[in-house]
Amino acid sequence: MKLKALMMGAAMAALGTAAAAEGVKVGMITTLSGGGAGLGIDVRDGFMLAVKQSGRSDIEVLIEDDQRKPDIAVQLADKMIQAEDVDVLTGIIWSNLAMAVVPAAVNQDVFYLSPNAGPSALAGQGCHQNYFNVAWQNDNLHEAAGAYASSQGLANTFILAPNYPAGQDALTGFKRFYEGELSGELYTQLGQTDYAAELAQIRASGADSVFFFLPGGMGISFLKQYADSGIDLPVVGPAFSFDQGILQAVGAAALGVKNTSQWSKDIDNPTNAAFVESFQAEYGRLPSLYASQGFDTANLLISAMGAADVGDMAAFRDALRAADFASTRGDFSFGPNHHPVQDIYVREVIQEGDVFTNKIVATGLTGHSDAYAGDCKM
Amino acid sequence: MSALLFIEQLLNGLQFGVMLFLMSAGLTLIFGVMGLINLAHGSIYMIGAFAAAAVAGATGSFVLGLGAALAAAAAAGALVELTVIRRLYDRDHLDQVLATFALILIFSEGTRWLFGSFPLFLDVPDALRGPAELPFGIVYPRYRLAIILIGLVVAAGLFALIAKTRIGVRIRAGEADREMIGALGVDISKLYTLVFALGAALAGFAGAMVGAIQSVEVGMGEPVLILAFVVIVIGGIGSIRGAFVASILVGLTDTLGRFLLPILFGTFLDASGANIVGTALASMAIYILMAAVLIFRPTGLFGAAT
Amino acid sequence: MIREWQVNAAIMALLLAVPLWALVADEPFTITLTTRAVILALAAVGLNIALGLGGLVSLGHAAFFGIGGYAMGILAHHAQTYTPVMEWPFLIEGTKSMPLIWVTAIVTSALAALLIGLLSLRTTGVYFIMITLAFGQMFFYFAISWPAYGGEDGLSIYLRNDFPRLNTLRPMPFFVICYVILALALLVSWRIAKSSFGLALAAARQNEVRVRTVGIDPYRLRLFAFVISGAITGLAGALFADLNRFVSPTMFSWQMSGEFIVFIILGGVGRLFGPVVGACLFVILEHWLGGVSDYWLIFLGAILLLVVLFARGGLIGGLAGREVAHD
Repeated sequence: MKLKALMMGAAMAALGTAAAAEGVKVGMITTLSGGGAGLGIDVRDGFMLAVKQSGRSDIEVLIEDDQRKPDIAVQLADKMIQAEDVDVLTGIIWSNLAMAVVPAAVNQDVFYLSPNAGPSALAGQGCHQNYFNVAWQNDNLHEAAGAYASSQGLANTFILAPNYPAGQDALTGFKRFYEGELSGELYTQLGQTDYAAELAQIRASGADSVFFFLPGGMGISFLKQYADSGIDLPVVGPAFSFDQGILQAVGAAALGVKNTSQWSKDIDNPTNAAFVESFQAEYGRLPSLYASQGFDTANLLISAMGAADVGDMAAFRDALRAADFASTRGDFSFGPNHHPVQDIYVREVIQEGDVFTNKIVATGLTGHSDAYAGDCKM
Repeated sequence: MSALLFIEQLLNGLQFGVMLFLMSAGLTLIFGVMGLINLAHGSIYMIGAFAAAAVAGATGSFVLGLGAALAAAAAAGALVELTVIRRLYDRDHLDQVLATFALILIFSEGTRWLFGSFPLFLDVPDALRGPAELPFGIVYPRYRLAIILIGLVVAAGLFALIAKTRIGVRIRAGEADREMIGALGVDISKLYTLVFALGAALAGFAGAMVGAIQSVEVGMGEPVLILAFVVIVIGGIGSIRGAFVASILVGLTDTLGRFLLPILFGTFLDASGANIVGTALASMAIYILMAAVLIFRPTGLFGAAT
Repeated sequence: MIREWQVNAAIMALLLAVPLWALVADEPFTITLTTRAVILALAAVGLNIALGLGGLVSLGHAAFFGIGGYAMGILAHHAQTYTPVMEWPFLIEGTKSMPLIWVTAIVTSALAALLIGLLSLRTTGVYFIMITLAFGQMFFYFAISWPAYGGEDGLSIYLRNDFPRLNTLRPMPFFVICYVILALALLVSWRIAKSSFGLALAAARQNEVRVRTVGIDPYRLRLFAFVISGAITGLAGALFADLNRFVSPTMFSWQMSGEFIVFIILGGVGRLFGPVVGACLFVILEHWLGGVSDYWLIFLGAILLLVVLFARGGLIGGLAGREVAHD
């Protein structure tokens, strides 16, 4: 099985030399098959692009597919820690999988760098010195959406999300920064595809705007049906439903929607410009939010490797905490709970030629941390 | 809660029910005639949606996409019947469940391999875009009205096909007595392939119709498949009439449950607690309905007693 | 032709030899993987009592698997946070003791099986398959949307639960626990098949009318079998949760129920060791194919299809021949 899974950073020739012995062994557990595979593939491709560009031969990356199943993810983590003796784990996309893997892994002296999920339990009381989140705390983008809605004078918004922990967190996060009234609050079923009943309630509620968090296919279905329902209210949401990977499937129905994201392909800095260009050259598609997170995660790791040896965990941890790398998002640093402190932008969905994409129209929150950092005793 | 909103929700339930009927008609037909449980029916639905999205994307025509969905689903159905399914007719349900479970894996990952991991785009045709004004000030999307209309037409057509035509006579004969119809000189294997392809075409058609307002992605078939099974079991397996009644029943239960249960709990719980409990119960509602029906009528509403 | 009992003995020996080898070769992950196979086998051994012996094709056994898992998760979660499970009408404290957790898992899943069985066994054939699926789905959606115990995120237990005088954190002692339980379950399963109850159950599957005429109520037989079956699968759920130190609603998913059926068919329907062989084969395929291709599920599907179409009797049928196959 190592034939495919064992991918070497740059020069395969370095295998077995003295340099490789001091290198870093990374275990990437991500979703590569089934429904949510698009996200995992983007994280992997972003990560491997950074590893390749670094030219380092002392990073060994083992990649395994978790099939989006918590028990498989735990099994793979056990394997990587027990059998492969990895130094760093990364790659998990979903909060429920992260909750299954991370607490046990970081207690076994393995670093975990999260390229996507940021459940609140791991940011507050359950924080750990070996756990670093390079994406966002789960509430962040929703908080920015709430702040943006208030700043636009929206005062009577209708909010909805699926009935599961991330959905409940999303609505809580939105409400934390939203100052207006709510004309309605709804939970939908996880995996629901038909939103006619919810749209009827939105229409009848007299709302002045809509905020929704419906990741993946749920968001596509909702937006298509929303556009078709004749409801003409401004929509705000987190970037997950407006990402490069799925925008083409939503089509014109998404045009003009405001969505919050810590990354966008038009963030103006040289790292980002080079990333967007090289990602397109390498894989023949535009990078997504997830690809940028994978790319940043790898660059964080590489920056720490330049400053310390992974064998010295304390020094390596300090090197990670310094976050001394050029992020595609511009300014990036870690808060006391090892979660990002960063700007969160508001983007608008636009059309460039045939391609639907996003452009930044405002900044939602500046230098934003998260609500749980105070609970973290590290 | 206004009467207007309630009527709109009734329409939504009806539309959901009609869509479920398109999906479950083929499933119940196949079970009635051949005695086969086909878990891969959801995969055919997905194939219909992908074929429609691919062709509509290339040609810009939704109608061509629909045609492609029908053709691709029927072809996939016939192919599967000829290579795999016909070996399963005389097996027990256990083997059928497992073999068609295996087909789901093959179809899903095969589709992902062909079309990639990202969802495809399929939009409603321009003519049916946007809402229509109905009497009494009801505003309702045109496309959903079209789904209701087309679904009812298909249902009527199916009833006529079974009741009036020569093929219908053979299908009914096949349901009643499989050996006899063979003895009467009907080419039974051709009939089976035909029925299977017809059932598949209906599923593919449903996939294309629904794909325009939902996400066209790998794995879209399984949730609908389970719903379709709920429908045909409530209706009585093999009964088209039962499937129709049960579809509407399930559509209404699901839609009204999602709408009314949180309101109901809101009368004695705080808002977000009521939301969570109400939604949790609403997601279980149709399964509770199904269990209740089977407890009182173990062969479903219109099922033949065994 | 090899006798079936010889095949069975070889399987049990092999199942013990692999982890022993792994212990010597310092390959702890192989032990973990074998433990996974053993626990999944236990779940399928439970299902096999209903399915193989009683002919009850349950597509909802994940309900019992999940209940067992949550019995462990909830008890250990409360022990880990030092909060009582409930205070009224009487006090129940959390616990980290495996035997206590197992008893809880067995009792709760047996009760659930009694309730589901009472209602479901009124139906037969496809209706039975579907009503058990419906009950499984109810539990699945309930677990996802009920926030008290983590909802879809599930519950993480930081340390594996305790067993008197064994260090369960090390892979080998935990494997031995699971292996012994599997052996006991197989013994129970074998005793049932040979008992007058088991014979009557098998007779009811083959000819219900004949059983009725001798004055036995098949409904009661089946209900009893279903309850034992659910209890064993529930116990497997508790062990599975302990293996992963984690429970989540995916343990309730209908795919899980489907996989249990897959194990039984891969190994051979109606064979005592069918579920064991099937589960091992499945874990090996999953582990090995997953490394070959991103699209490995296609190959898994193809293999399953070929087994159903051309290798009836499963792997044991292929090894031991058909002479003792049930009807």
